[in-house]
Amino acid sequence: MRTQRNVGAKADIADSAAVFFALGDRTRLGLVSRLCDAGPTSITRLTEGFDMTRQAITKHLHVMEEAGLVHRRQRGRESLWQIEPKRLADARRHLELISAQWDGALLRLKRFVEG
Amino acid sequence: MAVAVTDRIEKQILLHASRARVWKALTDAREFGEWFGVRFDGPFVAGAPLRGVVVPTQADAEVAKMQKPYEGKAFDITVDRIEPERLFSFRWHPYAVEPGIDYSKEATTLVVFTLEEQPGGIHLTVSESGFDQIPLDRRAKAFAANEGGWEKQMTLIEKHLAHAA
Repeated sequence: MRTQRNVGAKADIADSAAVFFALGDRTRLGLVSRLCDAGPTSITRLTEGFDMTRQAITKHLHVMEEAGLVHRRQRGRESLWQIEPKRLADARRHLELISAQWDGALLRLKRFVEG
Repeated sequence: MAVAVTDRIEKQILLHASRARVWKALTDAREFGEWFGVRFDGPFVAGAPLRGVVVPTQADAEVAKMQKPYEGKAFDITVDRIEPERLFSFRWHPYAVEPGIDYSKEATTLVVFTLEEQPGGIHLTVSESGFDQIPLDRRAKAFAANEGGWEKQMTLIEKHLAHAA
């Protein structure tokens, strides 16, 4: 990953931005949540429980597909949507970064007040 | 797998020190700066903006090395609330370290420290929220630029924990 980043840092930035955009919407987060819980799911089942048309849900899925967060495979006549766990993990890492910086800061504070 | 929470972080730590000691380390601007790695122009005043500059921390040589490239960079916060010995909060611009960028128009995140009494010391919680309002390209850039630093921080923390155990 490190090497890849050095080669194409710019592409990576655009890449992450796409993931954050894909996640920056309540419906899309809801879809991610459902796909995480349910595994590969058809569009018909995905649309259940959302107050939205099948077309609208499909549009959201395409945004996420472009960001590499989900992909679909064909099973018979219907396509099944599923999550791309690695991409999701990548997207969470920026918060883990901030989180790790706080861990470091709090440990310094601990030494500071206990020392 | 839980859904991705992208807006908020919360951290907790038990500090073996008195409430007064922890409170001073957090709200005395000079003391805060010593462990955090920043030097402020004046004291923290509720509701007031305060300018500081990045100064490598005295508390950890390795972290100081990581902060060194940012030495002298402006570090602006706006103090939010000061509730004596219980709660201290401020707003700032996360990842505001890129040269030549005016961050003042951008959304801030809110950092809140709360102190609770616990046997053996003070249970400190820090939360930072509002990340979803930060421009996407800023988040992405910070993410890409900091990955090396992130890995290093993790190693550092593991080392500390192993040492403390």
